[in-house]
Amino acid sequence: MYRIVKKELLAPTLNLFEIEAPLVARKALAGQFVILRINGEGERIPLTIADFDRAGGTITCVFQEVGKTTKELGALGEGDFLQDFVGPLGLPSHVENYGSVICVGGGVGVAPVFPIARALKEAGNEVVGIIGARTKELLFWEEKMRSACSELRVTTDDGSYVRKGFVTDLLREAIEEKKNTSLCVAIGPLPMMRAVCSLTREYGLKTIVSLNSIMVDGTGMCGCCRVTVGGETKFACVDGPEFDGHLVDFEEMARRAVIYKPQEQLAVARYVENHGHNCSCSCGGGR
Amino acid sequence: MTGGSKPKKTIVPKKNPMPSQDPFLRAKNFNEVALGYTEQAVVAEANRCLQCKNAPCRQGCPVEVDIPAFIGLAAERDFAGAIKKLKEKNALPAVCGRVCPQESQCEKYCTLGKKNEPVAIGRIERYCADWELANGVLPQQVNPPTGKSVAVVGSGPAGLTCAADLAKLGHEVTVFEALHVPGGVLMYGIPEFRLPKKVVQAEINNLKNLGVNIEVNAVVGKFAVVDELLNGGGFDAVFIGTGAGLPYFMNIPGENACGVYSANEFLTRTNLMKAYRFPDADTPIRVGDKVAVLGGGNVAMDAARTALRLGAKESWIVYRRSKNELPARHEEVEHAEEEGVKFAFLTSPTRIIYNSDYWVIAMECLQYKLGEPDASGRRSPVPIPGSEFVMDVDTVVVAIGQGPNPLVPRTTKGLECNKKGNIVADLATGATSKPGVFAGGDVVTGAATVILAMGAGRTAAKAIHAYLNGDS
Repeated sequence: MYRIVKKELLAPTLNLFEIEAPLVARKALAGQFVILRINGEGERIPLTIADFDRAGGTITCVFQEVGKTTKELGALGEGDFLQDFVGPLGLPSHVENYGSVICVGGGVGVAPVFPIARALKEAGNEVVGIIGARTKELLFWEEKMRSACSELRVTTDDGSYVRKGFVTDLLREAIEEKKNTSLCVAIGPLPMMRAVCSLTREYGLKTIVSLNSIMVDGTGMCGCCRVTVGGETKFACVDGPEFDGHLVDFEEMARRAVIYKPQEQLAVARYVENHGHNCSCSCGGGR
Repeated sequence: MTGGSKPKKTIVPKKNPMPSQDPFLRAKNFNEVALGYTEQAVVAEANRCLQCKNAPCRQGCPVEVDIPAFIGLAAERDFAGAIKKLKEKNALPAVCGRVCPQESQCEKYCTLGKKNEPVAIGRIERYCADWELANGVLPQQVNPPTGKSVAVVGSGPAGLTCAADLAKLGHEVTVFEALHVPGGVLMYGIPEFRLPKKVVQAEINNLKNLGVNIEVNAVVGKFAVVDELLNGGGFDAVFIGTGAGLPYFMNIPGENACGVYSANEFLTRTNLMKAYRFPDADTPIRVGDKVAVLGGGNVAMDAARTALRLGAKESWIVYRRSKNELPARHEEVEHAEEEGVKFAFLTSPTRIIYNSDYWVIAMECLQYKLGEPDASGRRSPVPIPGSEFVMDVDTVVVAIGQGPNPLVPRTTKGLECNKKGNIVADLATGATSKPGVFAGGDVVTGAATVILAMGAGRTAAKAIHAYLNGDS
């Protein structure tokens, strides 16, 4: 059993957990992920590692309540236990001194991009951070990201904070300004990563994305997370989760991400019926 | 009747039949198909055994069970004695009694089997093991602690057998399992209706009673690499039994469409994650009306039979050779046929066709004829040019085999592997190119059977014991 030692509500339905898992924390690196299961009936869901504390033996994960499992997870509090927690899985981010890099985090993607930005800066890179959210209240970790980057730029889709615009708008500006950028790392919702990649392709700027595919075992055994990269089938769990974004077949990825949508809707409806709808997301009781 | 001094036995030509669930009912539930012998039937079957002095059956058993001895005890209704005898050699008798291919092992060599049906050794084994699980587990002898410690990577049949043997010899054993429950393929792969999961867990609990520690959620190669287990991890030797956990795909167009599963995923969702109980269990699975399972082995039969139970209207085995070449056990093919699984022989897909939402709607297939025997000794499939046809399906399960899971080989320095990625190990000892590291089971041989993996676990345990004693 793995104890939730800290819970923080970053925004409505957006939770941060610090989970006690010393053996995972001992080895965790930026870019890797964990798989957790809440209880004996639970499904195994992957979450990208947002931070780790080797001395304290904890892993930080940030998740949005979307489906039944994440809603159930969000209902847990400090001192509660997760039945299963395994990691660190996947390959860590490739970190070296590229010179100048841009790290883009959109929505929940700010969390996993943080340790990567930090590692890249520690490796000697000039790191321009770009973070964005739909609206002000959904934006989190601004200060944390500022500390991990050489420079941080912030935007909101609706203009409720700092400025109005998408992360891609800020990215274009940053690329135009910094002619010497040699790598872009972008993590966020699939449409955002796809938009980032089509932009950076114009500039020939190599872009790494992190794919949060549907997984079961997370160790290469089932092939559920397969994704086409450069015409070849890769398993996100063991070959990734990071890939060259210019080679990823996002169309296929997007289709595979909603394979179980009808089942997810059924599970959420049942969960809400049994537990009430205690989130404040104004989503009307589940999608 | 154990000796040859008694009057010559009357030969009973046929096996006592195994009671089983009605095919029409069982194709819709996940309960065990074979129900097990009654006491009367097991005694009658045990009495068919001729108690041959030379016991030819024993040469067919990879874990060297003293078959006539345990059968003799069962014939006398001494089931406690019979299970004790079995467990001297076999740590998982309830599993083996259900899933061993006895027809190509012990029963193949049975004297009775030369002119009649062989003794149903597996069924008697199952009865004895189930008897123990129902009547309380008998304590087993464990040697005093040796002070040596062994890490076993993977808790499938090879790892569990190796762990049990080493624990009985007095070594401290820790088994590391990547998933959240131990058992490996016994839990994620073989369906509930062939091998109930509570039977697997009961046998694993017996190993815990021997003192074996089992750490779940522990992926060796990730939380620690093999070298760390040996240096600083406190282990004197490591056994790798990580199995064949890498699904092969056909490499045909459309294979990543929605509705195409590897057999591993299809079976893992169902068996390990209990997707057949969705939404009471959280893991979903999608089975359409018409399922095509590609391949002809036991895994393919398991997937096709599972598909029916999940509600598929039609479940097809699509196999590029003919019925004679099916690598699955005869009994599994028979069960599948009884339950209504259909077979498209001499057929193989060339591409998977999907709709605008990326969901599978059909497969384009090619017909084959049989040519000359190939390296496997089976007649090879030869495609018939121009024979393309379209088969409407909405779920495809690829069950054409598995390779070794690369996680441990990739992260273990100095561990020699072959071209296919299998760990190179001495089959007589399990020793690898790396001192103190042994390996066995599917990760060495490629996908095979539970009992062969168990045999490899036993072989390695002996060699590890010798290594720890400084004999080699």
